[in-house]
Amino acid sequence: MNSLERKRYARDTAAAYLYLAPALIIIILFNLFPAFYALYISLFDTNLIGRWNWVGFGNYMELFRDVDFLKSLANTGKYVLGTVPVGMALALLIAWLLNKPIRGLATYRTAYFLPYVTPVVAISIVWTWIYKEDTAGMLNALLGFIGVEPQAWLLDPKWAMFALCLMSIWRHMGYNVVLFLAGLQNIPAEYYEAAEIDGASGWSMFANITWPLLSPTTYFILMVSIIGSFQVFTQVYVLWPSAQGGPLGTTRVVVRYLYDQGWGAFRFGYASAIGYILFAIIFVLTLVQRDIVGKRVHYQ
Amino acid sequence: MSKNRKTLGMAVVYILLTVGAVMMLLPFYYMLITAVKGPEELYTPELVWFPKKFVWSNYAEAWNADPNFPRYFFNSAFIASVTTALQLATSALAAYAFAMIDFAGKETVFMILLGTMMIPSQVTLVPNYAIIARLGWIDTYKALIVPFVASAFGIFMMRQFFQTIPMELWDAAQIDGCGRFEYLWRVIVPLSKPVFVTNGLFTFIGGWNSFLWPLIVTNTAKYRTIQVGLSQFNQEFGTIPNLLMAASTLAIVPLIVIFFVAQNQLIEGIARTGLKG
Repeated sequence: MNSLERKRYARDTAAAYLYLAPALIIIILFNLFPAFYALYISLFDTNLIGRWNWVGFGNYMELFRDVDFLKSLANTGKYVLGTVPVGMALALLIAWLLNKPIRGLATYRTAYFLPYVTPVVAISIVWTWIYKEDTAGMLNALLGFIGVEPQAWLLDPKWAMFALCLMSIWRHMGYNVVLFLAGLQNIPAEYYEAAEIDGASGWSMFANITWPLLSPTTYFILMVSIIGSFQVFTQVYVLWPSAQGGPLGTTRVVVRYLYDQGWGAFRFGYASAIGYILFAIIFVLTLVQRDIVGKRVHYQ
Repeated sequence: MSKNRKTLGMAVVYILLTVGAVMMLLPFYYMLITAVKGPEELYTPELVWFPKKFVWSNYAEAWNADPNFPRYFFNSAFIASVTTALQLATSALAAYAFAMIDFAGKETVFMILLGTMMIPSQVTLVPNYAIIARLGWIDTYKALIVPFVASAFGIFMMRQFFQTIPMELWDAAQIDGCGRFEYLWRVIVPLSKPVFVTNGLFTFIGGWNSFLWPLIVTNTAKYRTIQVGLSQFNQEFGTIPNLLMAASTLAIVPLIVIFFVAQNQLIEGIARTGLKG
């Protein structure tokens, strides 16, 4: 670089940071710094106002013995397992059907996508009544047509997690369908034509063409769904307003517990430690998925 | 494959898709019919699927049941709009630097930015609350807007788009004596309308639908958003389904309108980038 170029580079750098400044200041203050500050807070017993007692890793030690926390972790795990595989399988089926030469694609797509843009609070209120325990509840009324006895979906510990999962699958269906459909549409038609000439069956086409070529999409949806599921909160808060979180705490998920420890019990250090464990779990899962699932992804 | 089998196959496709679509829409149907039911069709042992009488006044009654509803709606609309406008501005400026300028530390800053996308918002909930409290911003619009006026994902998306604009345009503009900012404002922004629309739509929807953050940083009705207000309404009127459904419908309607106006942009936005609302 000669001196003229160096001068110009310095001037460009100054200009660039001027353009970056507004976004960077906000992101540093409200995303980057808090990620470290959360760790700091988690080392204290604090109500954020007067009480700031250093406890070191005490909060973490307590968490590993806290049965309520461990149960909330298990509940979250159940929620992830109850929503992600079924939700993805159904979405793939719908997307696969929508990818056939059908009429009215736009109308169908609208129907499947609509729940995704609606606010979770409003929609959870609606589902509270859909799940009502008597035959005036919509789910019981529907199942009544095929002779199923009415169930107390939200009040029965046996069904509460199922109810939570069902509603979440319904709400996220459209998002997954749209992504799967885009993935399917990206697979060149020639592959299928060639396979058809070779006399391949529908199933073998799916197994040998669709599934491998769709794997980047599947992998992406899997990652986004798992990360999103670990952060579930609003549905739980609205469906079960009591702090316990569902019958016998069966639907108290991690973020619900975090919220209650922080804004219910004013144990912000403890809440922050919960947040950090959640962060660690999501981080590890992302890495594990990248190494295990990611390697099997077939990029065209 | 015989023609008959193909016809049969397509019939199955249509049946499955239609049954699925009906299931997806049923909760909305339930909400709408319950919202207009009178007590005689509401409190029945069996669900009334087709109400004979539509009590439209339920909407007015729900609206008046909480005198702060207009305030909640205004707050949500105001917060979502201002956040969207500012986020588009900060993202465009930052994306411009990443896409068009060669500067010291570019790679590092960009990597850090991508890294912040990995941090779940629940982790930063307590520290951000502490920061907002320290700033004395609890129960203000600032608390509801400022933390969201920049987005790493927004920057990333815009950068991707800006990079597709040929550099020759900038060379030509320079010859015409066009400055950096003028070039961004008069050339890049008009050329990048689609990315502004998608990014803006998702930011607005995210702002309108957000719940946990407004729940913790607002204490009074004055700054409460519609989602928090609705959740409170639910706790107070939890036993009156028609009013609850009417209120829920009112909270959903603005989004349904946006959805039908901008459906294609939303769906394409997700299909292309995996954007979340």
